[in-house]
Amino acid sequence: MIMLTLILVLLIGGAVSWWSERFGSNTPRLCALAIVVADLIYLLVATSSLSTEPFAIGASAPTWLLSYQLDWIPRFGISLHLAMDGLSLILITLTLVLGAIAIISSWNEKNQRQGFFQANILWTLAGVVGVFLAVDLFLFFLFWEVMLVPMYLLIAIWGHEGRAYASMKFFIFTQLSGLLMLVAILLLAKLHHSATGVYSFSYFELLNLDIDSNTAYWLMLGFFIAFVVKLPSFPFHTWLPDAHTQAPTAGSVILAGILLKTGAYGLIRFTVPLFPNAALEFAPIAMTLGVAGIIYGAVMAFSQSDFKRLVAYSSVSHMGFVLLGVFAWNALALQGAVMQMVAHGFSTAALFMIAGALQQRLHTRDMNKMGGLWHHMPRMGAVALFFALASLGLPGLGNFVAEFLVLVGLFAVSPWTTAVAALGLITAAIYSLIMMQKAFYGQPSSEFEVDDFAILDMAAMGVMIIALIGLGLYPQPVFDLVQPVIDALLAATMGGAL
Amino acid sequence: MLNYVWLIPLLPFISSVLLILTAGRLPRKLIAVFGAGSVGLAALLVFAIGLQFMQTQTPYSVQLWTWMDIGDFTPGFSFYIDQLSIVMMSIITGVGFLIHLYSTEFMQHDSDYSRYFAYMNMFVAAMLILVMADNLLLLYLGWEGVGVCSYLLVGFWYKDAANGAASRKAFIVTRIGDTAMALGLFLLFTELRTLQIQPMLEAANNTWAIGDIMPAIAALLLLGGALGKSAQLPLHTWLPDAMAGPTPVSALIHAATMVTAGVYLIARTHGLFLLAPDVLMLVAIIGLATLLIAAFAALNQTDIKRILAYSTISQIGYMFLALGVGAWSASIFHLMTHAFFKALLFLAAGAVIHCLHHQHNIFKMGGLRGKLPIVFWSFLIGSAALAALPFTSGFFSKDQILLSAFEMHGPATSFASNIGLNFNLGPWLWAGGLLGALLTAIYSFRLVFIVFFGESHTEPDKQPGWRMATPLALLCVMSLIGGWFALPLANVFPPSAEHHVSYLIEGISIAIPLIGVLLAWLIYYKKINSFSFFTDSSNGQALRRFWKSGWAIDRLYNSVLVSPYIAIANAMRGEWLDKIYHGVVSICVGSHQLLSNSQSGKIRWYLISMVFGLIVLVSILGWAN
Repeated sequence: MIMLTLILVLLIGGAVSWWSERFGSNTPRLCALAIVVADLIYLLVATSSLSTEPFAIGASAPTWLLSYQLDWIPRFGISLHLAMDGLSLILITLTLVLGAIAIISSWNEKNQRQGFFQANILWTLAGVVGVFLAVDLFLFFLFWEVMLVPMYLLIAIWGHEGRAYASMKFFIFTQLSGLLMLVAILLLAKLHHSATGVYSFSYFELLNLDIDSNTAYWLMLGFFIAFVVKLPSFPFHTWLPDAHTQAPTAGSVILAGILLKTGAYGLIRFTVPLFPNAALEFAPIAMTLGVAGIIYGAVMAFSQSDFKRLVAYSSVSHMGFVLLGVFAWNALALQGAVMQMVAHGFSTAALFMIAGALQQRLHTRDMNKMGGLWHHMPRMGAVALFFALASLGLPGLGNFVAEFLVLVGLFAVSPWTTAVAALGLITAAIYSLIMMQKAFYGQPSSEFEVDDFAILDMAAMGVMIIALIGLGLYPQPVFDLVQPVIDALLAATMGGAL
Repeated sequence: MLNYVWLIPLLPFISSVLLILTAGRLPRKLIAVFGAGSVGLAALLVFAIGLQFMQTQTPYSVQLWTWMDIGDFTPGFSFYIDQLSIVMMSIITGVGFLIHLYSTEFMQHDSDYSRYFAYMNMFVAAMLILVMADNLLLLYLGWEGVGVCSYLLVGFWYKDAANGAASRKAFIVTRIGDTAMALGLFLLFTELRTLQIQPMLEAANNTWAIGDIMPAIAALLLLGGALGKSAQLPLHTWLPDAMAGPTPVSALIHAATMVTAGVYLIARTHGLFLLAPDVLMLVAIIGLATLLIAAFAALNQTDIKRILAYSTISQIGYMFLALGVGAWSASIFHLMTHAFFKALLFLAAGAVIHCLHHQHNIFKMGGLRGKLPIVFWSFLIGSAALAALPFTSGFFSKDQILLSAFEMHGPATSFASNIGLNFNLGPWLWAGGLLGALLTAIYSFRLVFIVFFGESHTEPDKQPGWRMATPLALLCVMSLIGGWFALPLANVFPPSAEHHVSYLIEGISIAIPLIGVLLAWLIYYKKINSFSFFTDSSNGQALRRFWKSGWAIDRLYNSVLVSPYIAIANAMRGEWLDKIYHGVVSICVGSHQLLSNSQSGKIRWYLISMVFGLIVLVSILGWAN
């Protein structure tokens, strides 16, 4: 019930926030914030007071903390099956924390139709939480779609000047790639039928399915493409700079901070475990895409003059590390990939909030029109500096731990790939520092009459700063939560990938 | 006392965090107390711990907490204290405190007083972690930390875009080296399953034999990091530009501490480098090449700080030379004496700049001997030590390096004999080092004679106060007597042989710097014209411009690396991949239009197409049958 409640609170809360608009245009955001924070507290309280030991579901290893199953369409073996392990717990916590921060980030934006805006945010969060919990593939696909539609609306309704193009591009990319996954899911259920006589969409039953290697390869590709479009990976990333640039700040925060992680999660949870041998065979290509994304994203980020586009391309670069970590498929690299998901969530969300704050104050995202802003807004400058340093992988912050682990894990698999990927450390420095230079350093202009970050902004930033320092200096709690999951995955795919 | 060793980096760190959080709202006096006081306290602690350590002499390690624990990857936040770390910590906190004290006056009127000390304290904390770390990952944290602080301090006066460019260059060039070093860490962990330095060196010794390829690659990668941080060829180009920062920053970061981190790294992992004699030879050759190239460049600069910057590159070249010939103690010894006299020179140069309305050009100075007496004597003593005149600190350390180079037998490596290097390299290294020493003496006394003698061009408008004068005086003392005591490094490094060189060699080593001073006196004080045939000819002028530009290496990098990168990035800006996706869209839209044209609503067209379709169908059927 805990998990169902988590999702329902967000779904219903969205409707409530919308409805609360009748009490004034500021009520929905208060309402939404309260709902997300309440959901977060509920999650933490409920999971910290779990009395049972981790248990096994089906033939899986005993790594699961919660499980909840309801029959849905028994004829096709579809059930409402939710389950939570350490990996999903981490990601849901991240989702709710960043969800709250996203709502705060929209505090000062004068958006029309506040109620519907906040409702869409909460519904997106509900979809994401569902994605992280669903262990029935049909249900998973349902949530996958649920998070897409409100996100599309956020961009299409409240986006900037090019929102129509950007939202359509986002929708088509995700929808088309999702279609491939749907086909793969249906085929899996069909294969289960021909093997056992019954249909099943259950993750745990499909895990042990015997599939001939050729079919497995194609099915694996179906999942892979859906997830790397979301991640996004080179060359499927081109929707992301547009979507990010055009989305309202809260949309960008959720998109970069959370939605991209569903792609990474899918790779770890489904693509490799369902098709270990095919994934191993495919690993060189996936790793090449990862490296290409790291370098390409970084070079593109450097060439942008739009602050938001720069941050968007930096996401492409950072997500390349996740792809590498997943396909290196050993304990160090996987821990690194998970850590990258969390750390990048915070660092990029913060950078998008800064971009939003700049746009709101200067009415431009063009860095060529900025400069010397440190003089006007030292607090914002210092915060931007912190996250720029996080983004370039400064040791002591979470992003470094992530990238170092991915690379050290990858080195054992492929030293040369590692060597090329490590170039990303240099290119990241180049774009991060040029961003600071163009926006915050240089001669201050007397044209700007701008306010620095206020207390609420600083509080949100403070949370993310503390989180990144904590992850950087003492990441062990996250490792400890994820380690059993990773061990089980590695054990289950032994003889497969690595 | 040793239990409190963790307090040493923590003190400046806390002060830095405090200054960041208060964001300049504290009164200036309090900022100065926190900024300089925290480093001073740390220095006292180091002193107390050093005294205690001298009695026990056994390395002390302490783990604060486990940083990460994944399988056998278990780096900790742990410190390892031995004689080498104590020496480094003493330099960092001792010289560091003097520079902080000096800064309280030097930066007095800067509007960002608090931010300055926040960065400086953070730097000291990171540098301390670097030399105290017991594993390479924690060392890397300090390593990157000092890099970032250097970036922030070089670009401290951010309103000038040129400072920003200099700071980015410093960070990115060193990052190239750091990336190599990170790869070295990956390799070492993958092969030896630990990053803890002492066990790692032991494992390396047990796993690999001298001359194996793996230790050579690992050593090369670590060397890459060292070359970047310590501004050695080919990654030295950032240091002269880094002079854009406030002068005390140059004294602390770009003379006394951070730039010697590479030397520390190689000395700390000397067990690995001993397994790779080829790489060690490369270290010596790079050191020699750097020290000569930088000395020629220093001789032709006109900016007082750039002279000192090239001089720093050159002196670190000596340290690398020492490392390369296995004279580990001599290298650290020179690191220490250099910290004294180069910090002194930078602070004295800062005082000149401070008192002369930010004048940097030495040819606009002159005759300052009587007007700034404290500064003059500081500069004279610093230059004497830099030039290694007898009985100054620099003399003892440089002498050891040159003699060790002379006595090096080899190269005995397989690689060297394969490429036909069968002769004894030692005397050549020694001769190169001597040429460098001659140049050092000339350029340092060129500076003294031009700035403090001759006609006056600019009048000083103030005198340094006590907070600037005291550090100068103390560093003068250290520059003079700092070489009279042997460093207690015998337990850290393998024993080095006693020097058995003839009195002739020893005599030449002593005489060369004196000849250099004499030459400088003749050329820049007496202004004799015997060299004008060379300096005034067009070839001579071109050569001097070439040297002044730092052998045009910057221009080379700009055209080979920087400009192409920018060009490629700009060419890619508009996301060419979208052309493919837009192509798909165009196909869809095109076929959509084609099909909608068929739905024109005109019955005639429908009839014709139906008839046409029927004909086609029937003919297909007929053909099929």
